[in-house]
Amino acid sequence: MRVLVAMSGGVDSSVAAALLVERGHEVVGATLKLWGGPSDSGCCSVADVDDARRVAQQLGIDHHVFNLTEEFDRHVVAPYVGEHARGRTPNPCIECNRSMKFDRLLGRSDRLGFDRLATGHHARVTRNDPRGGDSVWHLRRGADAAKDQSYVLSMLGQDALSRVEFPVGDMTKDEVRAHAHRLGLRTAAKPDSQDVCFIRDAEGRQGFLSGRMELHAADVVDSAGRPAGSVEAVELVTVGQRRGMGHGTDGTRRYVTHVDVSARRVTVGSAADAMCSAVVLAAPSMTWVDRPLPAGARAVAQVSAHGRPAGCTVERSDTANGDLLVRFDAPQRPVAPGQTVALYDARDPDAVIGAGIAA
Amino acid sequence: MTTTYLDHAATTPLRAEVAAAMAEVHAGPLGNPTGSHPPAQRARRLLEEARDEVAAFLGRDPGDVVFTSGGTESANLAVLGTAEAALRDAVVLYSAVEHPAVRESALAAVAAGMDMRELPVDGHGVVDLSALERALSSRAVLVAVMTANNETGVVQPLADVVEAVRRRAPRAYVFTDAVQAAPWLDLADATAGADLVSLSAHKVGGPVGTGALAVSPQVVLAPRQHGGGQERERRSGTQDVVGAVGLAAALRLVAAERPAAVPRVAALRDRLSEGLLAAIEGAHRTVPAGVAVLPGHLHLCLPGVEREELLVALGAEGVCVSGGSSCASGALEPSPVLAAMGVAPGLAAGAVRLTLGYDTTDEDVDRALAVVPSVVAALRRPA
Repeated sequence: MRVLVAMSGGVDSSVAAALLVERGHEVVGATLKLWGGPSDSGCCSVADVDDARRVAQQLGIDHHVFNLTEEFDRHVVAPYVGEHARGRTPNPCIECNRSMKFDRLLGRSDRLGFDRLATGHHARVTRNDPRGGDSVWHLRRGADAAKDQSYVLSMLGQDALSRVEFPVGDMTKDEVRAHAHRLGLRTAAKPDSQDVCFIRDAEGRQGFLSGRMELHAADVVDSAGRPAGSVEAVELVTVGQRRGMGHGTDGTRRYVTHVDVSARRVTVGSAADAMCSAVVLAAPSMTWVDRPLPAGARAVAQVSAHGRPAGCTVERSDTANGDLLVRFDAPQRPVAPGQTVALYDARDPDAVIGAGIAA
Repeated sequence: MTTTYLDHAATTPLRAEVAAAMAEVHAGPLGNPTGSHPPAQRARRLLEEARDEVAAFLGRDPGDVVFTSGGTESANLAVLGTAEAALRDAVVLYSAVEHPAVRESALAAVAAGMDMRELPVDGHGVVDLSALERALSSRAVLVAVMTANNETGVVQPLADVVEAVRRRAPRAYVFTDAVQAAPWLDLADATAGADLVSLSAHKVGGPVGTGALAVSPQVVLAPRQHGGGQERERRSGTQDVVGAVGLAAALRLVAAERPAAVPRVAALRDRLSEGLLAAIEGAHRTVPAGVAVLPGHLHLCLPGVEREELLVALGAEGVCVSGGSSCASGALEPSPVLAAMGVAPGLAAGAVRLTLGYDTTDEDVDRALAVVPSVVAALRRPA
């Protein structure tokens, strides 16, 4: 097959490319230039492009750099800023996967005649025997539970899943690094990039956003409405947050229970006050790997990239617009508006069923 | 897979005669040209013979020719060398379509305390002469207008620029980047009035790593590279004799072959242009016919395709073209030249540059006509 491999300059995508070459496919590597500003996150800087190019050279494959900075700004960075202004907590890496890697790049891969687009994500795409009549593509967690990235891929459907490959999904991170060392790849010992690729460590989220939008101070009040301090930037406060909220008069830690950006007010309470038993997922944001869950179905929810999965029931919410209500079996830390909730199969918790964004 | 190379503006293949001339240099003892023993004498002789050739090509005195490491170093020396040698409140003027080597040098001059003025161009990329007149003042130190543009091939009205500068800012120098024009125009004629002229060997069939800057005697130039005082104090460092011989050999071939090459390549370019415009719906020349353009340049706007995809897909078929300027990571950047010309970003996204050279044949044009339209059609096909 002709396979286009998205190479970030990291060890996972390097080994993904190597595995495809070993399997005898016709492989071409591509690095996306997404961010034109300064970055030290270790993803897709000029140095990373060089790393990817050198690995491609070691593997004997062609390498291209695709400049998608304008679209990245429009589809990922600008909405990231806009969502914060509305008091929501977006996940830009999910938006990047949704709009850039598995939409824009996948389209380009098709037009250039590739059979598959491969990445170094730790996840698996499987298909039960098609001859037995099951031609549905399944998205599953990667073999290494600690590195599983199915959460950030949970928005993919049949159309995309039929055209992607995750060659390192069956390997642990240690196995990936060992493979890279064996091949003498220059990225074998390179540390993983951790943070959002367009936010520098030195500036952090606040520094980045304050350069692009107004951040407003807000009052902090307790559940009875009594003053309990203030915050510098209400747009950066998330429900369930403990940091910066101090202690109540009874000495217990305080947690954010509600954020009202327009009223410039943050409400705090006890840990128990902050827990929630359900989250509403906005209808337009729902995606399904195959078919939607029927109302009342059981599922397993994961609300962050490496969060603990939680048993739940998925129902129709009582809003008129078809939103879903995910009712947790046990109280959970609250899910902030804008966060993605990935749903896994209750009978097969490694299999992704779908995903939605908290309303 | 045959290679159909249509990217001569990016670099040209090293000509066999040039490679032979360069190998000859190594065939005997080669000393440092500044020494006094026989190998040094040989090096000095070869260097000066090369200098004579370059000077003759430009219609200048050999003493005016400074050997450099290429077009970029020449541009830096011309812009920053004159700016720094001038007074602090000097102004550097440059056209909006200059090569980054000129534009970035002008920006560096600003960082060093000088002022700059970008001269607008019209929709064809030709410098606006009345804007130039208005911008000229007694503070002007350097006016940089290229002989012809590397992306579109558009030829600038250099003689008019020189005339305006002499009249309105007699103290200012005129620098012209002749790198792209060198294979196609008689530079002795086309750049006669300019005070500084730059050349690059690898754009004329010579080696990468060598270029030249012609500096008229009256120009006060501060060197960028300090050291042993070579090149009459203008550019220190042991001269690259092999490179200089290569540049000279390349220019000698150009001078001999140009009269026949120009009409031949222009005819090939025109056949390619007509064929592509007829076969690709919506395609049009970025610069309309009637505007003076170098004979090898064909710059097209192809709506409905992405430049990056076109280059990759054509490259896979062995057809080599380019799409504008690259950045440090190798990604394509939006073209400031097209932006200065007022080309809409949507159109510029599908702009592609094909550049023919002295070695381009009818077969190359046939191959391009066979491949390009079908590749474009495939990219435009809905998924």
